[in-house]
Amino acid sequence: MSEALSAADISRALTRISHEILEKNHGSSTITLLGIPTRGAHLAMRIAKIMGEIEGLQIPVGMLDITLYRDDLRLRPPRTIMPTTIPPVGIEGRELILIDDVLYSGRTIRAALDALGEVGRPKTVQLAVLVDRGHRELPIRADYVGKNLPTSREQSVSVHLSEIDGVDEVLIEGVEK
Amino acid sequence: MRHLLSIKDLTTSEAISILDTATELARINEGQVKKLPTLRGRTIVNLFAEDSTRTRISFEAAAKRLSADVINFSSKGSSLSKGESLKDTAQTLQAMGADAVVIRHSASGAAQRLADLEWMSGCVINAGDGTHEHPSQALLDAFTIRKHLGKGSKDLQGIRVAIVGDVLHSRVARSNVLLLSMLGADVVLVAPPTLLPVGVESWPVSISYDFDSVIPNVDVIMMLRVQQERMSDLFFPNSREYSRYFGLNSDRMAKMSPHGIVMHPGPMNRGLEIAADVADSARSVIVEQVKNGVNVRMAILYVLLAGGPLEVGVQS
Repeated sequence: MSEALSAADISRALTRISHEILEKNHGSSTITLLGIPTRGAHLAMRIAKIMGEIEGLQIPVGMLDITLYRDDLRLRPPRTIMPTTIPPVGIEGRELILIDDVLYSGRTIRAALDALGEVGRPKTVQLAVLVDRGHRELPIRADYVGKNLPTSREQSVSVHLSEIDGVDEVLIEGVEK
Repeated sequence: MRHLLSIKDLTTSEAISILDTATELARINEGQVKKLPTLRGRTIVNLFAEDSTRTRISFEAAAKRLSADVINFSSKGSSLSKGESLKDTAQTLQAMGADAVVIRHSASGAAQRLADLEWMSGCVINAGDGTHEHPSQALLDAFTIRKHLGKGSKDLQGIRVAIVGDVLHSRVARSNVLLLSMLGADVVLVAPPTLLPVGVESWPVSISYDFDSVIPNVDVIMMLRVQQERMSDLFFPNSREYSRYFGLNSDRMAKMSPHGIVMHPGPMNRGLEIAADVADSARSVIVEQVKNGVNVRMAILYVLLAGGPLEVGVQS
């Protein structure tokens, strides 16, 4: 097990991603952030806080559970459904930023796009992830990446956040082959 | 968990997880989204060998909202009325590729038999078997109680529930006694001695024959239907006397604590066990129970059908 990102690394990556989102979208006036539970939702709150401090206003932030839209439900025991909260401004016509902790096969994001389609029609959908570990199975990429971590499929990447795990860190477990 | 035959199939944490899942699904159902793709391509058969309005429609709505294909069949209009056995019916369903069978039957243990004898590979959901159990009704009742009186807690610790009336013939009462006491509620049964089953002393409940003395001390009054169609004997002298001692009228309801709620699994005998003005009052959550039923049954279908078998390797 080795540490890929420390607490300070995570903090810097989130600050950079916040700036990149603001730069690309020319400010924050039309941005809505949606995190994918559980850790993506906490990352979304942190990014909203950082962006709010930069811009001096509240950034609409919510969370989007995608469990019911997964295509791999039958491959594993049933998962708990997490809450979905859409901020009052909604997503219609907004620049929507999806936020997740790890981008891997891309299937979570595919499911998220399906789930979004039921809620409304954003102007654009962009994707921010803390870690991109490769091995995509679908034509999906992230617009904002905290850290590219080349891994083998045998390894696993664990993101720990202080809100849930008491500590901020990203660990790689298993040996590289 | 492969089948839902009895509340005894559930652990406390599984029951709470179904209620939590239903809470999230309720939130989705209140929003714009009424259709989820989760069970697309799965076939659910509603096998109703006994009359039902709420339960059948509720399971059908739940399955359709999760995009499952639903086949309804009832004893009337099918070969069941020609005397086809449960086994032959089950094998027909198996041949048609049913992933789940929701069964309502007048014989206690029908669902258990369907599940045990492996006539079919799908999962079996008991939607009421004779006078035995009706687990999905108990789950929706617990969900309704938790929503109104749970104060944010996961279980029903300390909530006092009176189940009143024809306990003898009631599968709803049996399932509710098991589930509510498992979730920490204090249950009291109120009924004439003739309408209490043999062995009730061993249930995790207290028993009273005096409705009026119980009312001020409970948070929930759950009225049961007097099941005249199952009564082969005379269990009480006449319906007016029953109504006077064990019916819920507005005078009795006025003695409830201010936050108390009135429940009934339906169908109601208005004027017998419950007065019409009580059934339609602000304290009555009877219509809401039906609404919650869809969410709870969606949660049951999700837990039983959405996931794959446990032995399949996990990959992320």
